[in-house]
Amino acid sequence: MKNEPLVAVTDYLQITDVNVCFDEATIVHSASLTLGDGQIGCILGPSGCGKSTLLRAVAGLENLCAGNITLGGRELSASDYTISPDKREIGMVFQDFALFPHLTVAENIAFGLTSWSKTERQQRVDRLLALVGLVGMESRYPDSLSGGQQQRIALARAMAPKPKLLLLDEPFSGLDASLREELVPEIREILLEEQVSALLVTHDQMEAFAMADKVAVMNEGTIHQCDTAYNVYHEPESRFVAGFVGQGEFMRAIVVDELSVDSSLGRLHSKEPHGFVENQSVEILVRPDDVLHDDDSEVTGEILSKQFRGSHFLYRVILPSKQQLYCFASSHHNHALGEAIGIKLDLDHLVMFAERPSV
Amino acid sequence: MLSLSPIQKFVYRLNNSRRTARVLLSLPVWLMAIIVLIPIGVIVLSWLHPQTEVWQHLIETQLGFLLKNTIILFVGVGVWTLVFGVSLAWFVAMCEFPGRRWLEWALILPLAMPAYVFAFVMLGLMDYSGPVQTLYREWFGAKAYFPYMRGTFGILFVMTSVLYPYVYMLARSAFIHQGRSALDNARLLGLSPWASFFRVALPMARPAIAAGLSLALMETLADFGAVSIFNFDTFTTAIYKSWFGLFNITAAAQLASLLLLFVALALFTEQHFRRGKVHQNPLQHQRYQLSKTKAWATTLYCSTVVLLAFVIPVMQLIVWIVDAENLVWDQRFSELIKNTLVIGFSAAMIIVCVGLLVVFGRRLLGYRQNSGLLRIASMGYAFPGTVLAVGVMIPFAYIDRELGQPITRWLGVENDHVLLGSMTGLLLAYLIRFFSVALGPLSTSLERIKPVYQHISQTLGANQWSLVKRVYVPLMSSGILTALLLVLVDVMKEMPATLLLRPFGSETLAIRIYELTSEGEWEQAALPALVLVSLSILPVIIMIRRSGIRLRDKQ
Repeated sequence: MKNEPLVAVTDYLQITDVNVCFDEATIVHSASLTLGDGQIGCILGPSGCGKSTLLRAVAGLENLCAGNITLGGRELSASDYTISPDKREIGMVFQDFALFPHLTVAENIAFGLTSWSKTERQQRVDRLLALVGLVGMESRYPDSLSGGQQQRIALARAMAPKPKLLLLDEPFSGLDASLREELVPEIREILLEEQVSALLVTHDQMEAFAMADKVAVMNEGTIHQCDTAYNVYHEPESRFVAGFVGQGEFMRAIVVDELSVDSSLGRLHSKEPHGFVENQSVEILVRPDDVLHDDDSEVTGEILSKQFRGSHFLYRVILPSKQQLYCFASSHHNHALGEAIGIKLDLDHLVMFAERPSV
Repeated sequence: MLSLSPIQKFVYRLNNSRRTARVLLSLPVWLMAIIVLIPIGVIVLSWLHPQTEVWQHLIETQLGFLLKNTIILFVGVGVWTLVFGVSLAWFVAMCEFPGRRWLEWALILPLAMPAYVFAFVMLGLMDYSGPVQTLYREWFGAKAYFPYMRGTFGILFVMTSVLYPYVYMLARSAFIHQGRSALDNARLLGLSPWASFFRVALPMARPAIAAGLSLALMETLADFGAVSIFNFDTFTTAIYKSWFGLFNITAAAQLASLLLLFVALALFTEQHFRRGKVHQNPLQHQRYQLSKTKAWATTLYCSTVVLLAFVIPVMQLIVWIVDAENLVWDQRFSELIKNTLVIGFSAAMIIVCVGLLVVFGRRLLGYRQNSGLLRIASMGYAFPGTVLAVGVMIPFAYIDRELGQPITRWLGVENDHVLLGSMTGLLLAYLIRFFSVALGPLSTSLERIKPVYQHISQTLGANQWSLVKRVYVPLMSSGILTALLLVLVDVMKEMPATLLLRPFGSETLAIRIYELTSEGEWEQAALPALVLVSLSILPVIIMIRRSGIRLRDKQ
């Protein structure tokens, strides 16, 4: 079962073959990404992969050395052209929120509203305070607020001038885990309520999955895949995406014909031609949820390690073929280390890569 | 072409013509470092012209004496500020006793008392005809022993009273920050309270104590006013005398170089003992509960210090002012205040402007750049005023002779001194000595402005001008005002450099105090002294607030 393909909204934000260079080093390599109006996009990648740099380029804080960026049909940046950040109508929430310490909450939110009339400004501030759930805090100063409150004020400040696009740079990384879990869906609701298109950057896939309509996975300056969260997880287009998003193991297999392969767990079938040639060695991505514990199964694996996760166990098992796999098992199936348990594959489709040349 | 904001253009240009931009941004700190190095160079080079006769005379008559006095002062003040500073800091930081809350800040107050003010108040109080001795004789008879207050004991008492707060402040914050857990562990491991103090608490606080001690020692070496009131000859007074008495500025410079050796010793002390980590323990601070007797004894000890070092001298000043009959706030005194403020403000403005150029240059260049130069530039606080005056005077005299006089002669205006005796030399000396005073608050306030604010303002549609108006100015104004105030008060209190470099006839409060006290007119000196003390309270309040002591309790 696949998620529906993306509805072809006219692409609102278009990032096309963008390069960002510092001195001689190219931080971002021909990155391309599109986002529809009102959508929430996410650039997901390990730290230092250039995702924040790409975001800053969209904000106009970095210049491009190749490619271009358009928003709603208006060209913002090209290799020889940059609209300055203050003329882009793009809002941004920075990693450490960076509220102005000398201004109250209300003054912080109203910072970008200087050209508005006084009543409009007041109404806007009131609406945003209500939206982020901080009514009554307007005359407080930032240093008396908690991290989560500061985060919401920073968001309100960035949204106040009704930007055409909102950028969020690792917006949750400064908060502790429980707060993050609470805030992520809340912030998504706020963004949808304000109907603002947003692009956020994170290294946390759970954040990306919970927030974004579209996830762009980035590594070493390159965007590997830009798709729905579901597709990024289930149909990774590169080995990096497969390894970075979610847990999993690569299992060796030999191609039999254009629809099937042989593995240590038997013959596996693909619904669509996989495009590899007969007898080629390939590797198949196996997620923990693809491996079921089944006492009746003929194939067994010996338990190498186990983690109790409350609702289930995560076992790492080794097959007689020396292939190691992760396996989710229900919490009732408590087995000891070294015990052999029956497993079976429940692969819905095959994600395959050519075998890495052995080192 | 490109539509870039001015800062972007600047950064763009910085990336493209890196060298020019870097040179331009480094210029202020380079200039400042050179300005600081010139006087040192001049003083060292003075040995190229050995003043044989003067030195012959000095060695035969005074040199041993000067060295002895300077060493006594150096060691004596060092030991006593350590004893009082550390013990007071320990009680206030670690123990609970009645009155601790107000003693915590009151113990810093003596810092507002210039040493020369305390010196003449002491003499007035303790002299044979003063109130203390009179009372003493009434009680114990005319022949009872009374310590000779004009001697070593007196000067050490005065210097310790006004300088212990440096050690106290830094040691107190170190004790509070290092907390009790290490000490509690030492006790659990079997150390006695005293042993755990000397083997754990003191070594942990050593860097802070060393910093405070070196500040106190530097002030001791720089002092001119107090020692001249006590006729306790040290290098500073010898420099003054060889300049104004013997008119031999080269000999003055050579004496100054000897004094610099002592300063180097103080700096070395700091560098040596400062090594090691500053300990931080953010846990809640729990003070020791003392028994009732001990607690009250501690209160007595701390309040006696405040009483002797601050309350009594201030009271005496007030008594003298009230008693004096012919003493009024006359025209001449208003002039004096005006003159002092004009000099102070001009110096403060110049120093703060230079400081701003330096900190902004560093900000744009990155903080790792030029840090060595900055250290040289802010080294001037270690130079005694007398040394600085000599170091500025010699090159100025040279420039006047070689450049100024030919030019004025050519212009047809006969003028022997163009630079000498002008305001320039004095302002330059202030710039060197008080640059680092301004640097602290300026760089702290600039650091408050995170680079990201610029980007936030831009993404919120604010242009550069509105960024400056709405972010930079409000966030930096308190730092700039603090720097101005600190420099202003330091300049007003400064005595020796002002005395040596001031334009002819120009008087300040400090100069008036010097003139009056050198004639023994203590009552007359009380009014300018009290004005100076009251003004000096302001920076002390800033320091108290910065050290995290709350003047009022939050409800």
